Amino acid sequence: MKLTKLTKLTLAAALLGATALGAQAADLRIALQSDSDVLDPDQSRTFVGRIVYTALCDKLVDITPDLEIIPQLATEWSFSEDGKQLTLKLRDDVVFHDGTPFDAEAVAANIDRSQNLEESRRKSELSSVTGVEVLGSHEVRLDLTSPDATLMAQLADRAGMMVSPTAATQAGADFGLNPVCSGPYKFKERVAQDRIVLEKFADHYNAGEYHFDTVTYLPIPDTTVRLANLQSGDIDMLERLAATDLAQAEGDSGIQVASAVSLGYQGITINVANGDKADNPWGKDKRLRQALSLSLDREAINQVVFNGAFAAGNQPFPPTSPWYNSDFPVPARDVEQAKALLAEAGFSDGIDLEVQVPNTTIPLQLMQVVQSMASEAGIRISLVSKEFATLLSDQTAGDYTASQIGWSGRVDPDGNIHQFMTTDAGLNDAKYSNPEVDALLDTARTSNDQQVRKESYNAARAILNDEAPIVYIYHETWIWALDSAITGFTPYPDGMIRLKGMKKEEG
Amino acid sequence: MLSFILRRVVIAIPTIILISIFVFTLQKLLPGDPVLAMAGEERDPQVLEFLREKYRLNDPIPVQYITWIGNALQGDLGISLRTNQPVLELIGQKLPVTIQLATMAMIFALLIGIPAGIFSAVKKGTPVDYVANVVALSGLSIPNFWLGIMLILLVSVKWKLLPASGYVPLSEDPVRSITVMLMPAFVLGTALAATLMRHTRSAMLSVLNSDYVRTARAKGLVERKVILKHAFRNALTPIVTLTALLFGELIAGAVLTEQIFTIPGFGKLVVDAVFNRDYAVVQGIVLVTAVGFIFMNLLADVAYVLLNPRLRKQ
Repeated sequence: MKLTKLTKLTLAAALLGATALGAQAADLRIALQSDSDVLDPDQSRTFVGRIVYTALCDKLVDITPDLEIIPQLATEWSFSEDGKQLTLKLRDDVVFHDGTPFDAEAVAANIDRSQNLEESRRKSELSSVTGVEVLGSHEVRLDLTSPDATLMAQLADRAGMMVSPTAATQAGADFGLNPVCSGPYKFKERVAQDRIVLEKFADHYNAGEYHFDTVTYLPIPDTTVRLANLQSGDIDMLERLAATDLAQAEGDSGIQVASAVSLGYQGITINVANGDKADNPWGKDKRLRQALSLSLDREAINQVVFNGAFAAGNQPFPPTSPWYNSDFPVPARDVEQAKALLAEAGFSDGIDLEVQVPNTTIPLQLMQVVQSMASEAGIRISLVSKEFATLLSDQTAGDYTASQIGWSGRVDPDGNIHQFMTTDAGLNDAKYSNPEVDALLDTARTSNDQQVRKESYNAARAILNDEAPIVYIYHETWIWALDSAITGFTPYPDGMIRLKGMKKEEG
Repeated sequence: MLSFILRRVVIAIPTIILISIFVFTLQKLLPGDPVLAMAGEERDPQVLEFLREKYRLNDPIPVQYITWIGNALQGDLGISLRTNQPVLELIGQKLPVTIQLATMAMIFALLIGIPAGIFSAVKKGTPVDYVANVVALSGLSIPNFWLGIMLILLVSVKWKLLPASGYVPLSEDPVRSITVMLMPAFVLGTALAATLMRHTRSAMLSVLNSDYVRTARAKGLVERKVILKHAFRNALTPIVTLTALLFGELIAGAVLTEQIFTIPGFGKLVVDAVFNRDYAVVQGIVLVTAVGFIFMNLLADVAYVLLNPRLRKQ
């Protein structure tokens, strides 16, 4: 008796649930690969966090898909003759979600917070700024220690996101529990690992261009499950579709796919001077590193591991980038040359190399292919798979010979190279050091002349390609999958989801 | 009875302390620096050092432990290194989710496992028994993640009957909440149903051969009454104990199921926390889980005593 009642109830529930599916047209549901960390632009560091900010927090400036800097909260800007002053004019029709008006004082307060909040991760990004001068109600001037070519790109990312000074002062380091910005959507609620819900901000200066009442971000780490959710109609779009799922998504008429080559890279970092572990042939002899690079068929790797969806690469910028140095195209595989280099270095019988690799599917697949290619040249790679937090800490400590790791990429080329290749830089885990490279990369960083920058990067590239402390392998392509009823989505190389103009056609 | 419960509670205290020390120390031995794990791509040494100080990670481990347990006793489990949310609040958000999942899984398991167990005991040696055993063995051997993904692909993607994943709180929309949870609960319940079925079967078998069952039959009682009233009630004692223990395991073991169906429960919380080296969260969860397990054990013992009058006098 009890059983039949329960069965009936269950069935009824199932039917009701089925009819309720897809009944929320005014809500855009986006699946993210992982959950965001703290929702405070000054404290956060995750990629998915930035995706949420795209709707939540407006920035001083934004970028185009071609990486040009365009106005957002700042309408125009100019550098002084000596490059040491940046004057910004601001929109005068902007309010924060709590009603606080956005003005020059607010910009000053934000820069101050990014530089001085103890928890702030934006300090190094704004290290060239020595002071902020309020010139008028909607005009500010940033004073710089020296010209900084990367600054505008920083202001197009988290360092340029404006939070309400009122809310920031009240909440202090707890701001991220209830973030208040001036973006087209305001924070509604967050359930960790479940959802982040934003609702439309009616007083946004551009509210007419945003067509969803609410946006819900759902972290769904498993790529198969993410796609299944899209196919079943539980979500409207997802980011970072696995390249291996591309064929399945493209075969579904209810789904459209969009993609953009990312700004980042993946490769193998070789420890050249970080502690005792660098004291081996791999750290000392560039010919071995060159041989490793030559043993790889990067196009084949892209085909085998990523179904050809990604981009082969040998530099910190993808071949599609204006900063890519075409004097050094992605090299063809040359096993003979690799063998010759090994022999020249005294390893005609081959040599061992231990590479640490994150213990997740893609890096492991990648490294297995690399392993088999390198073995043909006589490089016997052994893989030590480590969980990411361990890998990172070993790498920083210099407890590794080689490490498979990448970088998500920055709008300005400086962000992909300076931190990794200059002496004493924060992310230089190989501890590579070359005064010439330092000088070139510093010049590129402090010049506002594009020509000078490009030449500096090219010159540095010539040295770095020869020295090969990082063997670059490929560039990820961001792949989004969307319900085919969604229109107005534009793929950007920064991987962000800009909601402006996006609509869901009912029908 | 009261003194029995009290005695058990007092014994539980050192157990909890031991578990907490063990887990705390073990966690510190894990490679990987939580602050570095948190920093991800952005590693400003100054900020990292400030955070280590802020979260007291530079203190000696015994000092860290004493600070932590002292705060925990006052109901403060610290804040998540990753999201800045209070750990207690996170657990408060996740616990009801996993309890709902575990309860529904248990209902599935009981509804399937017990009748199947009785049936196969009564029909021992017949094809029915054979089939039930094969099904039970499959239930135990099919991994949850495989069954889960298959169900998602079939039920959600192909037939579009049930949502593929997610969670709706019971308080918000009970019907949808239960609907969303049906598939994961079923997946989680299958292995359990099999365990229950096997145990019910053997408990029933041993009871069915006993004197009082023979007496009941001799009295001319209807077979259904003999089985359900005389035999099953006596076979129930070990099953109740088992159920209570399995429930505790369910809560702790929902990890995989929660990952597949992206249910924001306890299991997901702990997995993510371990990967992010979010120490405060891991410690909080372990403490709460340990207390939960001990409580379930206690409940099982009490139920045992209540069901078995002979034990009551001791």
